[in-house]
Amino acid sequence: MKTICIYFQLHQPFRLKRYRFFNIGRDHYYFDDYANEDILQQIATRSYVPANRMLLDLVNQYKGKFKVAFSISGVALEQLEIYAPEVIDGFRELAKTGSVEFLTETYAHSLASLYDPEEFRNQVRHHSDRIELLFEQKPTVLRNTELIYSDEIAEMVYDMGYSKMITEGAKHILGWKSPNYVYQAATQQKLKLLLKNSRFSDDITYRFSNYSWNEYPLTAEKFISWIAGTPPEEEVVNLFMNYETLGNLQPSYTGIFEFFKAMPRFAFENGIGFSTPGEVLDSHEPIGIMNVPNPISWTDEERDLSAWVGNKLQKSALQSLYEAGERVRLCTDRRLKQDWLYLQTSDHFHYMSTKHFGSGQSQFSPYMSPYDAFNNYMNVLSDFIGRVKAQYPDTVDNEELNALLTTIHNQEMEIKRLQAELKKVIGRNEEMLVEKSPKTQKSEK
Amino acid sequence: MKALMFGWEFPPHILGGLGTASYGLTRGMAKQEDLETIFVIPKPWGDEDQSFMKIIGANNTPIVWRDAPWETVKPRLEKFMNPQEYYRLRDNIYADFNYMHTNDLGCVEFSGRYPNNILEETNNYSIVAGVIARTYDFDVIHSHDWLTYPAGLHAKSVTGKPLVIHVHATEFDRSRGKPNPMVYGIEKDGMDNCDHIICVSDLTRRTVIENYHQPHWKVTTVHNAVEPLSPEIEAIERISGVPEKVVTFLGRITMQKGPEFFVDAATQVIKKTDHIRFVMAGSGDMMDQMIRLVADRSIAHKFHFTGFLRGKQVYEMLKSSDVYVMPSVSEPFGISPLEAMQCGVPSIISYQSGCSEILNNVIKTDYWDVDAMADAIYSICTYPAMAEHLKVEGKIEVDNIKWEDAGLKVRRIYDSLM
Repeated sequence: MKTICIYFQLHQPFRLKRYRFFNIGRDHYYFDDYANEDILQQIATRSYVPANRMLLDLVNQYKGKFKVAFSISGVALEQLEIYAPEVIDGFRELAKTGSVEFLTETYAHSLASLYDPEEFRNQVRHHSDRIELLFEQKPTVLRNTELIYSDEIAEMVYDMGYSKMITEGAKHILGWKSPNYVYQAATQQKLKLLLKNSRFSDDITYRFSNYSWNEYPLTAEKFISWIAGTPPEEEVVNLFMNYETLGNLQPSYTGIFEFFKAMPRFAFENGIGFSTPGEVLDSHEPIGIMNVPNPISWTDEERDLSAWVGNKLQKSALQSLYEAGERVRLCTDRRLKQDWLYLQTSDHFHYMSTKHFGSGQSQFSPYMSPYDAFNNYMNVLSDFIGRVKAQYPDTVDNEELNALLTTIHNQEMEIKRLQAELKKVIGRNEEMLVEKSPKTQKSEK
Repeated sequence: MKALMFGWEFPPHILGGLGTASYGLTRGMAKQEDLETIFVIPKPWGDEDQSFMKIIGANNTPIVWRDAPWETVKPRLEKFMNPQEYYRLRDNIYADFNYMHTNDLGCVEFSGRYPNNILEETNNYSIVAGVIARTYDFDVIHSHDWLTYPAGLHAKSVTGKPLVIHVHATEFDRSRGKPNPMVYGIEKDGMDNCDHIICVSDLTRRTVIENYHQPHWKVTTVHNAVEPLSPEIEAIERISGVPEKVVTFLGRITMQKGPEFFVDAATQVIKKTDHIRFVMAGSGDMMDQMIRLVADRSIAHKFHFTGFLRGKQVYEMLKSSDVYVMPSVSEPFGISPLEAMQCGVPSIISYQSGCSEILNNVIKTDYWDVDAMADAIYSICTYPAMAEHLKVEGKIEVDNIKWEDAGLKVRRIYDSLM
């Protein structure tokens, strides 16, 4: 039986405020609260809230046969908690139905998997804990930022204890193969992979309301008939989308909500079911190996990393950022650690992309130009690095510092241990005194 | 097709961007094999490049009949043109201009600059244009900037050929919005009575439509381009004795170019850093005021003035710079950032410059946004990736902006008027 696996990504970065170089060293707050609140609330009203309501209705209507999965970045969760807590409530309700799966990813929606393996592990752990706390389910499937994947990342992921992952079904990797199967990683064959079906996913995300598309208008009936028309041995169709597709990228007047409401009916009529990524990966055996020597992602025509690390600006900014990683992990300042996460969000680097000159810039960028984005980010980063350096003297290198911190840490433990021992000894002495005293009283008698 | 062009400046003797642009455009158009150009300028020096067109000097064109023998004419004029042309032109004198001051060949003197009696010179230029228009055969007339509009109109009225005027700048740009009514009048008259208007940027096009009340269909934008650097200039090395980064303003120090914003940005940067120096190259009516401003701000120890630079010196200055800044308040096009990019110098330009419409690999700020400008200067001087990226990508970008393409667009306009 064919099954449709729907997964939504939800992410919002903490956008930076205008930060001039004269702020460096003076102003340590980097974020544009007004813009972040404004954007998040707008999207929540247009998309997240009505979409949550619709999905909950569908799950209830089909008594659990309709299923979806979410991956919500940690930075998005934090913003939702502050600016639109009703969205979190919606997700908790969805979680309670048991038909919704939450995936884990990097907490900051970062590119750590490419630059800093330790940071990658930390962030995934951090995110997984957060999801468990909020939605009372422990994620078993991992999704890397923007579906970035490579053989190297596969190994890291498996070593972290995950055996299920989702990524992009990039054409240049798959070639003649179909994304509608479960695959396994080349470097770590116990890691099962689920691949995005780009054609069907993009039909909804990008082409749904495109008048010049020869398939316009796309109805649920037509869409399901395409899925039903795939070869019978291809059992899984993975629709991976941005959650904003519902209501924001495709505004509600395009009929996107009605499309989703109708989809399950036609699917069930055609004998097609719904599953979450975890279920699919548990119930299907891999049919082949995916070899991905160079990282892929789900962005742009090239499906590579060029949107984030395509030019010198981006590379240099990322390098300066991750050079500080080791030192930051030695710090204990909580605000510093929070900023460290927020600054890693991949969006900051996407804004610096020079790929789209002429064809209109990234529609999400709050900046006038990629140079503006770089400039602002680097000023913030300079200040941040200054703060990191101020934590411990610059002359001590990381290894030495680590040893010193361990000693300090151990000293504390040692003192605690000795204090405990001292207490015990004193206690014993006291007991002995107490025991002795009746005897002395007796002897006095 | 033959075009008769009226210009005011021509390299190598240029005072501003007009000469460079006229030269580049004509040269780019010369690539079209079926196009011939006669270029009229007030005063040729004899060392102009005539390989791809014919130059006629207005000061070598007789307006009063004089019996000048070949022996006198030949040594006097052969440097500038074929002396035979003198007699051809003399045959077409159309009125009695004996009341005017002319020399022994019957020609009027021109300074070829921007003297105080410029209105008189433009008028004389249009008298001469009448002779030239009657002498030569051509299909279209092309006038560069207001100084030559009367000449173009005269040629049009004599021959009935279509007139295209090319707006390199308007009086609104030059005067920050307070135009001289005489100049405005000449510009308006030219625009009203010509057949098509070419503007060097959409910014200028907007000014022409809004402030000169021209219909949209009559005005077309053809962005300027830039000539490739000669090998001689390519070979110039960086000369800099200071360890600091050098940030340069290069141009006329006048109201239009916004020099005070450069000084303000420099003040911000110098206060905060010690690895950046500033240079203001060029001269102009606001130079003394700028020197006083720099002294007032106590930044003179890191802020330098070079005075007027000519020819090669311009490129030496550019090649020794780390950042080029053009904070123009109103710049119809602004060719100099393109030259800086050719030299591999990252540029910061104002949104109020026409060239910002076609350039991507530069940093753009509003001219009044001194904070943003200071920030951009700091960024280029501090983050090597930024400087490197702008340098490499900027050079690639500017190398693809060619006069030939601009020439083709102009040709399409000519064709539409036939």
